[in-house]
Amino acid sequence: MSPEPLLKIEGLVKTFGGFRALDGVSLHLHPGEVLGLVGPNGSGKTTCINVISGLYAPDGGSVIYAGRSIGGEKSHRLAKSGINRTFQSPRPFLSLTVRENVELAAHYGDPKPGFDVDALLALLELDGYAGRPAAELNSAQQKTLDLARAMATEPRLLLVDELAAGLNPAELSRMAVRLRALAGSGMALLVVEHLMGFIDKVTDRVVVMAAGKEFFGGTLADATRDPEVIRVFLGGGHHG
Amino acid sequence: MPDIASGTGKRPVRRIILDAGIAAAVVAGMGVMRGVYSNELMLFNFIVFLTLAQGLNIIYGFTGYLPFGYVGFYGAGAYGFSLAVMHLHVPALVGMAAAGGAALVLAVILLPLLRLSGAYFAIASMAAAQAVYEIVANPDLESITKGPYGVSLSQVFAPAASYYAALAILAFALLLVVWLRNSRFGMSLQAIRDDPVSAAMAGVSVVRGRTIAWLLSALVAGLVGGVFAWHISVFYPDTAFDLSVSIFATVFLLFGGATTLSGPLLGVFILYGIYNAIGIAVPQYFQFTYGALIVALVLFLPNGLASLLTRRGIRVP
Repeated sequence: MSPEPLLKIEGLVKTFGGFRALDGVSLHLHPGEVLGLVGPNGSGKTTCINVISGLYAPDGGSVIYAGRSIGGEKSHRLAKSGINRTFQSPRPFLSLTVRENVELAAHYGDPKPGFDVDALLALLELDGYAGRPAAELNSAQQKTLDLARAMATEPRLLLVDELAAGLNPAELSRMAVRLRALAGSGMALLVVEHLMGFIDKVTDRVVVMAAGKEFFGGTLADATRDPEVIRVFLGGGHHG
Repeated sequence: MPDIASGTGKRPVRRIILDAGIAAAVVAGMGVMRGVYSNELMLFNFIVFLTLAQGLNIIYGFTGYLPFGYVGFYGAGAYGFSLAVMHLHVPALVGMAAAGGAALVLAVILLPLLRLSGAYFAIASMAAAQAVYEIVANPDLESITKGPYGVSLSQVFAPAASYYAALAILAFALLLVVWLRNSRFGMSLQAIRDDPVSAAMAGVSVVRGRTIAWLLSALVAGLVGGVFAWHISVFYPDTAFDLSVSIFATVFLLFGGATTLSGPLLGVFILYGIYNAIGIAVPQYFQFTYGALIVALVLFLPNGLASLLTRRGIRVP
């Protein structure tokens, strides 16, 4: 593992009116590492991904990617510089074909010259639907297409937002293998997920969040034994 | 931008040829009709709406913004042409450049409207067009715009030249749509329309894409407005900023099917044909027929005639 983190977040704050969705979150992520971001609904996990991917500008703290500050940078620039993401609810371009969805990202997302769209579609088992409108895919396939669109920009940092939700056990296993393979190729992954079995298969370590703050960092096994984590997940009020 | 190993991804040449063939046939047809059919003004108005419907197609079909105030660009073009001819005494073709320039300037001023969406955008654009009308028609500006009393451009009146200039603008608008339908840039606009957040994560600059589409759409309307001023040569501000121009272009576009090339063409030929057949002689029947058609469209074909085929998986040129 590289000594320098690819992503370093320090004291990240995001507010919506008077509500502090992120209240000083700090975390780091190295190339080839898979970090799970877990916590109850409303704890700020997706907001964190939204800030890193440029959807929201942070109100405080810093987001350092590959040694430079990227807080508030536009999403399309971040995509070109190697940050991409999937969405909790898949967001394909419904009027375009499956291939066009991926081709567009491969054109505008600045992957290496000669990027092979067809090989990516085959890898993700979408090649049989290449010429079909994305609207005809089922939910699991649309999630995979979301991943394909992200991968077509050849990201160094992939933010995965609840990709596993709604997948059947066989699809879950295949998705876990895919994500581990991406990490094996040197990609850093930040995975937001509620399915602990999936988190266990995919991540190297986890950060647990509640009420916009991270309060635990370590392996999932340690997290499940931590009384504070148990209290937050099983009741007794939020941390802090 | 990298080369992408494609194969099936290349826009098939056959599609482009078909689109370009339709565009060429319409332009040639309207050119030939002038020698065959004596009502030149009616033919000219057909060209105006064929072009405006495609101009509106660029902004609505490819980005999802529906400007009810589209006529504002048309009026700006008409007055850009008129002011250049009246005050600078330029030849008509230079006046046409002023028409396009005036619409582009207005489009740049109205760029912040793109922060709105849906009905808010539609209404705001209509208010903006009305504001421009009020300025142009202000009697205090009579020395510049001739105020509400209208302009007369007899010095450049040239029905044949302006007719063929209108045809050239139609060809330009059709080629723009052919390009958008068959280019990656056009595909990026459709992606923005489908989901701007996802489009940004695909590396597409949403603001840049929308801005270009907005300017191109305004340019088309401005050029049409300019050639209208040239061809008619005597008109009033309430003609150049008549909201029914926007409504007609919108209905023609939606009736045929946005994002396609042939949909708006069909919309104009069918609906404006009906208007000319019965709308002038028996307006009460026309209004009834038109109203019934629009109701039927909204109820049964919200995506226009083209959707009869596209919903069956058939690509409509």
